Amino acid sequence: MGFLDSLLGRSKPVQPKLDDLFGLPSAAITLQAATGFTPTGSGSVCFRAVEGATFGDVQSEVRELLDFDGGLPVEVTRDSYGFTWLVSSHMSDEVEALVTDLHAVNSTLVDHGFGPQLLCTVVGFRDAEGRRLALVYLYKRGTFYPFAPRSGPGGGKHERDNALEIQAKGAIGGELRFEQDVTKWMALWGAPGL
Amino acid sequence: MAARTRYAPDRGLTVRMTATMFLLGLVFVAFVAAIIGIGTAYGASSSAIVLFAVVLGGGFAIGSLFFSDKIALATAGAHEVKPTDSAEAARLHGIVDRLCALADMPKPRVAIADADMPNAFATGRNADHAVVCATTGLMRRLDNDELEGVLAHEMSHVAHKDVQVMTIASFLAIIAALLVRIAFYSELFGGGRRSNDQGALPIMFILMIVSAVVYAISFLLIRVLSRYRELAADRSGALLTGQPSALASALRKVSGDMSRIPTEDLRAAEPLNALAFAPALNLRDPRASLAKLFSTHPSLERRLEELEKIQAQLGQVSPGPRAL
Repeated sequence: MGFLDSLLGRSKPVQPKLDDLFGLPSAAITLQAATGFTPTGSGSVCFRAVEGATFGDVQSEVRELLDFDGGLPVEVTRDSYGFTWLVSSHMSDEVEALVTDLHAVNSTLVDHGFGPQLLCTVVGFRDAEGRRLALVYLYKRGTFYPFAPRSGPGGGKHERDNALEIQAKGAIGGELRFEQDVTKWMALWGAPGL
Repeated sequence: MAARTRYAPDRGLTVRMTATMFLLGLVFVAFVAAIIGIGTAYGASSSAIVLFAVVLGGGFAIGSLFFSDKIALATAGAHEVKPTDSAEAARLHGIVDRLCALADMPKPRVAIADADMPNAFATGRNADHAVVCATTGLMRRLDNDELEGVLAHEMSHVAHKDVQVMTIASFLAIIAALLVRIAFYSELFGGGRRSNDQGALPIMFILMIVSAVVYAISFLLIRVLSRYRELAADRSGALLTGQPSALASALRKVSGDMSRIPTEDLRAAEPLNALAFAPALNLRDPRASLAKLFSTHPSLERRLEELEKIQAQLGQVSPGPRAL
């Protein structure tokens, strides 16, 4: 935000950066080779719904668009923070189709002028031992970060597997633009599509 | 080519805010000119006093800017919290985290004040030293959407650098107020020498009058500016969350509650009003137009009206073709 804008109290909503998302399919292959994590085939887009009928129309347009290809139907959920999640599910070897779906959500929202409402995209990975890993794409910064919730028997306790997250960053950090500021690696407990 | 947007800036508000700042600057220039005029007409004795006031006032302004977060937190009896401290702290942190990601801004520190009065404020000299505070009363009364609306409003204050802007705007008023006082006391205590020194009376008297007038005008202008910045923060906050009606509902709840709170509590909370979410005074009486003039915050009706406009703007079927 420029000096004049802050002087006059005009904060402009931040527009999302979308292009880096397409680096994901090739990074998924690298990740699998380096760590054994394979995509679960599901991913989700998280955004802040705008009140009013117009946004609702756009949202149903997105759903129709994604359901049109005959795959699994898109799930829509609302989390406790008031954010909406669109979950798209594919087979685990269809990462490209998944990314195309996620991108369709982004571009539809941007086309209707709702780009600033996009928060993040989550793509899920899993290894043979059942450990979970998510790659989170932050639209506003155009960067990725890993999120690995530890699924221990403890249950209910929110813990992150930081070692695994750093390992994932080491494996594909050269391929994708990773978030360097680790304070932005926010947890997404209970995120759909993980 | 820039993307199409629904987020057109409010030109009317920008123009009014610019005009207010311009007038404030004009008063400042006139004040400096008047002081130089007095100085040259009556010799250099007044310039030392003016310099003293400028240094003292400047020190006061810089001090309040640098310690704004500590002063405000101490006044409100608030303490900084970590997400793990309590369920309330976790709720507040969760909302602030998501708003920061949505707006791509650094996360401010988060504080909770143990007070039943529903209120929130943001302070700190810049975005890196910002702190956002909510009272327990606010968190109890509002649901997540409403609380998010209020926090988005407070974080817009941080993004707009309102603490800096208002400190600079108040600088002139501080100096003028100091000069009034210095001139008044030197008039009072230096009175005996008046018969010997013919120049002393008019210098101090004129200085006092000029300063008092400047103080009155700049005080009113600062209040106007403050009200515009509240509207700007409402606007940015509502656009960030996409839920102007959640903020409107929070305002309604908070204002309704506030007018029922006893006067003692209200007076005790008065120093915090400058950057608070809603002032702790009931100014909704239509007869209280003078009170409106002195108020740091716009009236509830005005704020709700503006939020309705934003609601309509967000609901347009096709976004405006104008870029940026």
